[in-house]
Amino acid sequence: MSTNTSFVQPQTQQENTDFEVRSLDTMCINESHVKEPWYANVKYLVVGILFGIVFIKAEIISWFRIQEMFRLQSFHMYGVIGSAVAVGMLSVFLIKKFNIKTLQGEKVEFHDKKFNKGQIYGGLTFGLGWAITGACPGPLFAQIGSGATVIIVTLLSAIAGTWVYGKFRDRLPH
Amino acid sequence: MSFIEWLKQPWPWYVAGPLIGLTVPTLLLLGNKSFGISSSLRHVCAACLPAKIPFFQYDWKKEVWNLFFVFGIFLGGILTTLLLSNPNPIEVHPNLVNELAGYGINDYSGLVPRDVFNWTALFTLRGFLMMVVGGFMVGFGTRYAGGCTSGHAIMGISNLQWPSVVATCCFMAGGFLMANVILPFILRL
Repeated sequence: MSTNTSFVQPQTQQENTDFEVRSLDTMCINESHVKEPWYANVKYLVVGILFGIVFIKAEIISWFRIQEMFRLQSFHMYGVIGSAVAVGMLSVFLIKKFNIKTLQGEKVEFHDKKFNKGQIYGGLTFGLGWAITGACPGPLFAQIGSGATVIIVTLLSAIAGTWVYGKFRDRLPH
Repeated sequence: MSFIEWLKQPWPWYVAGPLIGLTVPTLLLLGNKSFGISSSLRHVCAACLPAKIPFFQYDWKKEVWNLFFVFGIFLGGILTTLLLSNPNPIEVHPNLVNELAGYGINDYSGLVPRDVFNWTALFTLRGFLMMVVGGFMVGFGTRYAGGCTSGHAIMGISNLQWPSVVATCCFMAGGFLMANVILPFILRL
């Protein structure tokens, strides 16, 4: 990525912040331009709770299930990920096709992801970590909630990993 | 069988997968939010320890919905464990049970093996590698790749992004390598 030269300090140009986030990392972006009070976020808390329930009930956050997946001993995780992608794909198709608006009446925005080598090196690194810890970032939160309190350490370590990436990102191949 | 008893059973993939897939349109329609979880780790860095690093200089408060979302996942974990947990040990493939027994892993009462993931084990080499080093790789790798299973494998592929397909293949390749080739050495420690 060739974005390092184009940083805009958020305090001077607030409206460009989004663009900067997107150019550095096209993930998980708030596309909404509607200003909502903080408590509007409670709806995401509710979605998160439902999501956490599914995580645990389907044993997706189980280290054992992840080991089974990578040893090709069970179809379970492939079924979960595959059907999730299928439903997600169909939803995105329908939203685009029928131009379905958000609850606030905004157009739903999608952005193309640019390829960079980070998706290979970072992807492999995450894959290695995924098979050791038996968790992606989401399941870490659910594992802690399920009573495996020591996973707090794993989560803090993951935050540290993110920080170290941020610190050295301009020296890493992208 | 009562409804609650039915809910307490482990849910099959064809129930869980579509529900997870529905998170994509739910977040999009609730407020134009693209599904992704690993970014929450970045928002925590930006909020708590930006340290003048350009990567963490952005308006994290605008992304605070993501922190509400992951806090919900944590609460969902607590609620399910308290109210809807499966009373039986997790059932896995007998070959895995045999293999893990060879490493002294026999406790299937939790979703993560208590023989490995516990506070005392944290201070052993095996525990340190699995919890601290493993966690670091998850955080570093997801950010380097620009997303995790939710952001790339689910949201990205749903939106037909080929870089997300590349990332997802690399996640799987790394996982296969670790689980089958490297992890046996770590578990033997």
